Amino acid sequence: MLEIKDLHARVGDRKVLDGISLQVPNGEVHAIMGPNGSGKSTLAYVLAGRPGYEVTGGSVLFRGQDLLALAPEERAQAGLFLGFQYPVEIPGVNNVYLLKAALNAARKHRGLPEVDAFEFLQLVRGKMKLMQMDEAFLSRGVNEGFSGGEKKRNEILQMLVLEPALALLDETDSGLDIDALKVVAQGVNTLRAPDRAIVLVTHYQRLLDHIRPDRVHVLARGRILRSGGPELALELEARGYDWLLAGETA
Amino acid sequence: MSNNAQLEALVGRGYQHGFVTDIESDSLPPGLDEDVVRAISRIKGEPSFLTEWRLRAYRHWLTMHEPTWAHVRVQPIDYQAISYYSAPKQKTDGPKSLAEVDPKLLETYAKLGVPLHERARLAGVAVDAVFDSVSVATTFKDRLHKAGVVFCPFSEAIHSHPELLERYLGTVIPHTDNFYACLNSAVFSDGSFVYIPKGVRCPMELSTYFRINAAKTGQFERTLIIADEGSHVSYLEGCTAPMRDENQLHAAVVELIAEHDAQIKYSTVQNWYPGDENGVGGIYNFVTKRGECRGRNSRISWTQVETGSAITWKYPSCVLRGDNSVGEFYSVALANHCQQADTGTKMIHIGANTRSTIVSKGISAGRGQNTYRGLVKILPTAHGARNFTQCDSLLMGARCGAHTFPNVEVRNPTAIVEHEASTSRISEDQLFYCLQRGISQEDAVNMIVNGFCKSVFKELPMEFAVEAQNLLAVSLEGAVG
Repeated sequence: MLEIKDLHARVGDRKVLDGISLQVPNGEVHAIMGPNGSGKSTLAYVLAGRPGYEVTGGSVLFRGQDLLALAPEERAQAGLFLGFQYPVEIPGVNNVYLLKAALNAARKHRGLPEVDAFEFLQLVRGKMKLMQMDEAFLSRGVNEGFSGGEKKRNEILQMLVLEPALALLDETDSGLDIDALKVVAQGVNTLRAPDRAIVLVTHYQRLLDHIRPDRVHVLARGRILRSGGPELALELEARGYDWLLAGETA
Repeated sequence: MSNNAQLEALVGRGYQHGFVTDIESDSLPPGLDEDVVRAISRIKGEPSFLTEWRLRAYRHWLTMHEPTWAHVRVQPIDYQAISYYSAPKQKTDGPKSLAEVDPKLLETYAKLGVPLHERARLAGVAVDAVFDSVSVATTFKDRLHKAGVVFCPFSEAIHSHPELLERYLGTVIPHTDNFYACLNSAVFSDGSFVYIPKGVRCPMELSTYFRINAAKTGQFERTLIIADEGSHVSYLEGCTAPMRDENQLHAAVVELIAEHDAQIKYSTVQNWYPGDENGVGGIYNFVTKRGECRGRNSRISWTQVETGSAITWKYPSCVLRGDNSVGEFYSVALANHCQQADTGTKMIHIGANTRSTIVSKGISAGRGQNTYRGLVKILPTAHGARNFTQCDSLLMGARCGAHTFPNVEVRNPTAIVEHEASTSRISEDQLFYCLQRGISQEDAVNMIVNGFCKSVFKELPMEFAVEAQNLLAVSLEGAVG
C-alpha cells in the first residue's frame, strides 16, 4: 500500500524529516507515536502534499505509484485521505456540498458517473447514524462553529463516505471525551479491510485501546527510532519517550 | 507553483466578453454645450418641460466639480471629447418585432447569453435590451400590458406617460444631487421606465441588459421605477461590455419610488470590461442609485453583484420616509487586477419604526482595491429605527486592499444600530483542506468564495443567482462556481 524510503523533508530552512523509511502493507493498521514536535504531523502533511513542505530526498510509493509526483488533489483522488488534527472552517459552504464534491471527484477519477442525489443522501445518512451525528450537520457550513469533537467526527464521516485506500489520521483522538472517542474508533474500525490501510498519528495509548494496531512506530527528531507490535505502545505509556531518546543520543 | 502563484494564475485569465459588434453608429459629434442638450431632447421629441429640466441640470452642472472623496484614482475625464448621443442605424423608425431587429445585434445578445426569443419566455423574463443608447427590442409587452404594468424604454415613456414622468422624475435624485447625476440629468439618452399600478403584483421579473458599444460613447441611462400603493415588482439589471483600450464613462441614474405597502426588489449583476491586468482600458462606472420608501410599510431592496468596471463609484441607497418602511442592501463587490471599487449604501431613516439591513461582501484580488463606504443616518423623527450592518472583506493574494468607511449618525435615542465587520484572507488551510478532499484548486476557490458570498446570492432571484455566479466566475476567471 505505502512504501516510504529514506524520506527527507524541510519547511523553510528547518529540516523536519530526516530519513524516514516505513512500509504499510494492505490490510494493516499502523500507529505513529512520538513526543511533541517529532515530525508526526509533518509526515502526514508531506504524504498529503501540503504546500510549504518540501521533499529533499527519498521516495514514496503509494499503490505502486510515485506519490510525490502527484498534486495534492490527485493524491486524494488516488485514495489517500488525511484526517486533519485541526479541521479548518469554511463558512457558507455546506458540509453536504463539500462531501458530494469530494465523492464525485473520487468517482470521476475512477471513471464512475456522478453520484445520484438520492443515493448520495442515503449513503451519507447511513454513515451519520454510525457516527451518531445529527442530520442538521449536513446543512451547516463546513466545520463552522463546530466543537472540537464535532470537527473530529466530521473528519471520520468524510472518511467513511470517501472510503479511501489509505487513511492518515492525525491526532484524531485529541480533544475527544471518552464517549466520542469510542464513536470515532468504531468509525475507523468499520473501515478496516484487506484492501485498505490506516495510519494513526497519536500521542496516547488510549486510542489504541479501541483501535488495535498491527504495528507501532516511534518517531522523534524526524526519524523512526523504533518499530514494534502493539506492546510497544503499552511500553511507551508506561515509560514515556525519554528512554528511547536517551538511547538515540548515546 | 506555490498556492499563491496558482491563485494568481487562476484569477488572471482574460475577459471573455470582449468583442465589438460592427454596426454603423448615428452619433452626435463629441462635445457638450446647451445646443447638444437641446439636440438630444429634439431627437427624442421631448416635451418642453423635459427640455427645460435638462437645461437646468446642464447649467447647474457647469457650477459643479467632480467629487474627490472616494478612495479611487481617476484619470482626468475630458467631457468635451465624449459623444453624448449614439444610436444604432435602423432602416425604419424602429423595430416593431424581433424580425426587424438587426441580426448582428441579435448575434451580440446571443454571445452574451441574453435570453431573447423563446429562451426569454421560458425563463419568464421580459427583456428590454439597450444597445448603446437606444432600446432595440422589448419583449412580453402584451403580458405586462394585460396586468397594467408599464415597462418600456424611457424615450417611449416620454410620449406614452409624460404625466408620470413629470410627477416623479428627479424627485428622489434631484438634478442638483451630485456631479455625475447632474450630468446624466442633462444628457441622459435612454433607459427603462416601469410603472406598477395600485395593488398589482408584476407577473414576471423585469430585466434589462445594458451594453456599451460605440467607441468614445458615454452612456447615460436613466431608469425610473414607480411601485404604486400595494404593488410589487422585481427588476433585474445585468450588463457586460466589449473590450476597449480607452476608458469609457458611464454615469447612470436609477430612481425607485415605493408608495404605501409597495415593494421593489432591484437586482444588479454588473460585468463591464474592467481593463486589462495592467489597468489599461475599462469602464468608469459612476452611478447614482436611490430609492425612496415614500409610503407606509413599503420596502426597497437592492442586491448587487459588481464584478466589472475599472472604477466603480456606486451607493444604492434608501430614503425610509414612510413609517415602518424597510430598506435593504446586499452587495458582492469584486476588485481584481487594477480594479478600484468604492461602493456601499446610505440608509436614511426618517419615518418611525423604519428598519434597514446592510450586508456587504468585498473581494479583493490581484492589485484590486475594494472600499465599503456606508452611511446610516437616523433622523430625530425616526423613533424606534433599527439598522443592522455586516461588512466582510476577503483578500486573495498579497497586493490587494480592502477598506471600510462606515458612517453612523444617530439623532434619535430610541434607535438601535448594529455594525459587524471582518477582514479575512482565503487561507491556504482552507484551500489545502479542499484539495485533500480531491477537489481541484479552481473548484476549491470557487467553493470558498461562493460560501463567502452566500448570504448575498440567496437574495437574488433564482435564475439570476446562477448567472451572478457565472459572471463572478468570469471576473475572478473561474474562481467562483
